[in-house]
Amino acid sequence: MSADIPASRPAPRPDWVWHAGLIAFVVVWYAVYKQLMPLSEGITALLPVERHSHTGEAVAFFFYDVPKVMMLLTLIVFGMGVIRSYFSPERTRALLAGKREGIGNVLAAGLGVMTPFCSCSAVPLFIGLVSAGVPLGVTFSFLISAPMVNEVALVLLFGLVGWQVAVTYAAFGLIIAVVAGWVIGKLHLEGWLQDWVRDIHSGATAPDATDDAPLTMVDRYHLGIEAVREIFGRVWVWIILGIGMGALIHGYVPQDLMVRIMGADAWWSVPAAVVIGIPMYTNAAGVIPIVEALLGKGAALGTVLAFMMSVIALSLPEMIILKQVLTLRLIAVFIGVVGSGILAVGYLFNLLF
Amino acid sequence: MEIKVLGPGCAKCKATADLITRVAAETGKPVTIEKIEDMRQIVSFGVMTTPAVVMGGKVVHKGSVPSHDQVLSWLN
Repeated sequence: MSADIPASRPAPRPDWVWHAGLIAFVVVWYAVYKQLMPLSEGITALLPVERHSHTGEAVAFFFYDVPKVMMLLTLIVFGMGVIRSYFSPERTRALLAGKREGIGNVLAAGLGVMTPFCSCSAVPLFIGLVSAGVPLGVTFSFLISAPMVNEVALVLLFGLVGWQVAVTYAAFGLIIAVVAGWVIGKLHLEGWLQDWVRDIHSGATAPDATDDAPLTMVDRYHLGIEAVREIFGRVWVWIILGIGMGALIHGYVPQDLMVRIMGADAWWSVPAAVVIGIPMYTNAAGVIPIVEALLGKGAALGTVLAFMMSVIALSLPEMIILKQVLTLRLIAVFIGVVGSGILAVGYLFNLLF
Repeated sequence: MEIKVLGPGCAKCKATADLITRVAAETGKPVTIEKIEDMRQIVSFGVMTTPAVVMGGKVVHKGSVPSHDQVLSWLN
């Protein structure tokens, strides 16, 4: 564990060792990544299964996708960890305070992607923003985009489904965050916050004595490595389970089974996907491999996108956390507005593709 | 010395409190650790990310489990 650091440690390495190490890592990473396909075929060939049988397909899929996704995650999560070290909730608050709605919603959705965020800090973050004069609708834009447009979801979409779908997901995730936040702002629901939240004034805080010394580049590398360790600790089980499930669907579910249930012609499939997605508690890492396999069996892209957005953006545990600051009526409006946005995206895609 | 650990009972908050307890035991400094899990009290300190550490009425750390060295520097 990260806490078990030995008391004595070697003298810090000079900066250039870190930079050189990073470059060497990226080179090795790229070389290995290029060899993944032959490696996975090699492993499958070692096992006593017929390559073109259902089992063979499932096994090859598993041994190709698991290392591929893990490698992509390592690189991107590290990069995002370094980039995020330039942002902080306090800086985001300063940028958003007093911004008008509209431009504020756009800025908030963008900052939601860049600012370090963990759903366990959602409540203090929410209060920190609202009490500093950030409009409620702008705060919601932030709270919608932060979990929905995250690097784990984007890496998995990119690695398993393709970059087009990843870009589409990111773009429409941001649009939903902007529009839903704007709508909630227009409804003027400040009165629907829990009473104690309305009573908080921004002045009543303890002095902040955290170390504000500027970070060095090596500090930022450390933060990137920390991010990789933390995200892997949280998602590796989901990735293996999800890709395992996906591999089973790939190998065994008959082709075109999903056309009838999740195809574009079934009008009710999009709302059904959203409703089923809300109580599902998994993260992007678990759901996207399954999504990829369903797409391969004829499920419609819009339906699948709606399902994915609903699972990630409208999760029951997050609602329970937010219940501390929002009244049930406000949570219902939140689900209604975001859910409508997701529905619209789902139908739009089924229509277009 | 009184140290407050702010956090809504998450795994990292517990790790932070445990780390401070252990470092205090190693150095032999007398500390009392108070865990603050009530959200209203947490936000009254003005922190936006948890776990956070408060010493002598000042927020000295927020947003992550502190390092062993950081805890050591607060205790000295």
